[in-house]
Amino acid sequence: MRLEKCYFCSSTVYPGHGTMFVRNDGKSFRFCRSKCHRNFKMKRNPRKVRWTKAFRKAAGKEMAIDSTFEFEKRRNVPVRYDRDLMSTTIKAMKRVQEIRARRERAFFKQRMSGNKERERDLDIKEIQKSIHLISTPTIKNKEVQKASESSRQMDLD
Amino acid sequence: MTSIYNFKRIAPVPESTDFLDIVLSKTQRKTPTVIHPGYKITRIRQFYMRKVKFTQETFDEKLRQILEEFPVLDNVHPFYADLMNVLYDKDHYKLALGQINTAKHLIDAVGKDYLRLLKFGDSLYRCKQLKRAALGRMATIMKRQKDSLSYLEQVRQHLARLPSIDPNTRTLIVCGYPNVGKSSFMNKVTRADVDVQPYAFTTKSLFVGHMDYKYLRWQVIDTPGILDHPLEERNTIEMQSITALAHLRAAVLFFVDLSEQCGYSIQDQMSLFASIKPLFANKPTLLVISKTDVCTLDAVRPEERQLVESACDSNVEMSQLSSYLDTGVIETRNLACDKLLLQRVEMKLKGNKVNSVLNKLNVAQPGRRDTVERPACIPTAVLERRSRQDAAMADGDDRPMLERDLEATNGGAGVYNIDLKKRYLLASDEWRHDVIPEIMNGKNVADFIDPDIEEKLAELEREEERLAAEGLYDSAEESEDEEERRIRDVAHRIRQRKQVIANESRVKDVNRATLTNKQKAAASAPEDFVNHLQQLGLDPEAAASTAQRIGRKRGRSESRDPAVLLARSSSLAARAVSTQRDRSTMGLKNARQKTVSDKKKLVSQRQMNLMARAGESDRKIGMKMPKHLVTGKRSIGTNDRR
Repeated sequence: MRLEKCYFCSSTVYPGHGTMFVRNDGKSFRFCRSKCHRNFKMKRNPRKVRWTKAFRKAAGKEMAIDSTFEFEKRRNVPVRYDRDLMSTTIKAMKRVQEIRARRERAFFKQRMSGNKERERDLDIKEIQKSIHLISTPTIKNKEVQKASESSRQMDLD
Repeated sequence: MTSIYNFKRIAPVPESTDFLDIVLSKTQRKTPTVIHPGYKITRIRQFYMRKVKFTQETFDEKLRQILEEFPVLDNVHPFYADLMNVLYDKDHYKLALGQINTAKHLIDAVGKDYLRLLKFGDSLYRCKQLKRAALGRMATIMKRQKDSLSYLEQVRQHLARLPSIDPNTRTLIVCGYPNVGKSSFMNKVTRADVDVQPYAFTTKSLFVGHMDYKYLRWQVIDTPGILDHPLEERNTIEMQSITALAHLRAAVLFFVDLSEQCGYSIQDQMSLFASIKPLFANKPTLLVISKTDVCTLDAVRPEERQLVESACDSNVEMSQLSSYLDTGVIETRNLACDKLLLQRVEMKLKGNKVNSVLNKLNVAQPGRRDTVERPACIPTAVLERRSRQDAAMADGDDRPMLERDLEATNGGAGVYNIDLKKRYLLASDEWRHDVIPEIMNGKNVADFIDPDIEEKLAELEREEERLAAEGLYDSAEESEDEEERRIRDVAHRIRQRKQVIANESRVKDVNRATLTNKQKAAASAPEDFVNHLQQLGLDPEAAASTAQRIGRKRGRSESRDPAVLLARSSSLAARAVSTQRDRSTMGLKNARQKTVSDKKKLVSQRQMNLMARAGESDRKIGMKMPKHLVTGKRSIGTNDRR
């Protein structure tokens, strides 16, 4: 028994779940749920549908190149069972997953760095432009002044 | 097996009138039909010449087809030629075909003549008359062929129903007096379903059945009964038998009924045998004594027996059978077939074809090459196993231990579970029955199995150390200060407010009468105004006091809420809102007139109300689509209202 990957969203399909479509040229497609199947039938490209793993990888939203990916592969080389090899493999699996999770976290952090400054700039702009919506003119003036002061200060920094 | 003599494919021959219709209508269909006197004379001539020529060619083609399709008696196998002579009379047949041939030539000649004349036609009228004359003469010629055509059609129908006898193949011919059991034998040996009845001349024509013997196809021909009289006196039915006997190179089975149930004595039957014996020359012949269930050769009188036995010589063998008891039937058949086969082989050997066949055959007989022994190679493993088996045989246990035996010793089927893993070839035998993990943490373990995994993992660890040293995982924890949080908070509130405004404007239905600002102000509750001010962070009290200062003073206003006062003073004081007036009082001078009119209205409606009927003021929906105006045809006026 194997865990398959959904053709469309690349999520794991556990045995007894999802659907399989076998095209008349013999290629088979696994789907984790009807949503993915429907999207496939609509001939959508998983790389262009934003919620799929394929999109996220292609768009640089997730770690796509890493040495930890080298460990999980269909090798299609039969290896005779060996208890020692099996135990090392299981240990290695755990370790690899650990490292991978750590690297993914680092990747995410890297990707999100710089967001804070950008958001603050936007906030200040928002305040300068539309403070009247929540405040009387007097308050407004105060807020705008404060915001511009802080932005100036930031520029100096 | 398809015979070359298949007369089923002859096309039907039409009657002479039909023939004419076919040809003339074809001419009409396939040639141009429109001509005018004003056309050039060459064109007119050409038009009519084409018609005449076409008709003549069509006649020619049709008649030629008849002549080609009907078999020519001189060309077919003598058996068929004779059979057709017997059945249709050779002279008549030849005459009919000859007449058709003559008619063809005549029609060709007529066509030629009139074409020549048409070349000199000087007007449309004359050309047309010439064409008419030509076609008329052709038709006359055709009409004269009425009898020949109908005769040929009958011949065709009969020919198509003849059994397809192949004159050259292996054949058994069954003959004898009527009612001696020929057809019964036929039914026994073949799958042909020939009618068998207890009276003479049940079989009136030749019948063919097929059978297999020695993997060859054989045909069996059942003939009508023959009586013993001179050839000239024989009727058509008998003549068919004679024809078959005379022309087919086959094994002949002459049936004799010793019981005389057929109505003919043994002497009669034997004299018939003697009289037609010349026909059996060079053919393997069997004298078949049938109906042995009723009477055998031993039971007849000695002189008759003598008569029968004397008929058998070197060429003629005797055989006995009973179709009723099914005894001797197959033996008779086999005997006849064998004799015929033997004769055919002999005939072939006599012919000069044999040499050409023999030249092609070569039977190789390898001789001994040298003195070296070359025995068969038997692998040692096989030899060992054989010896072991022999030893086991000697012990009385003649076969090795099988999985089946294991099952039997360990509790039988359903109890014993076969151990599929016991022959696994692993580094250690202990591992054979390990449970192999397949899935861990949402991954396939099999995908990670790799003999070099340890080196790869070590490599990864080294890389990890390097990355950590490079500072990939260092994180500068950023803390927010008070100022930044405030900015974020205010911006958030602005965005929320914007969202609310957007939602409100979305809800607004443009397609509806909207209130003016002043109307809205009038309709809004005083609390709304106060709330609004509070939301903006203003003190409603100050506004109230301002409003009091500006606004008009009214009787009870002291006790009112200052916010309301403000609202009222700012909006309503400026201008009165227009309101709808009561129409029931319009046109009436005073209240008295109003009461009078109301009363009158009541009185006028009283009767109507009593009867509970619809009054003129009741809402009424008339017929929207009157049926008589919307149903029926809409074209040229079956409906007179439209």
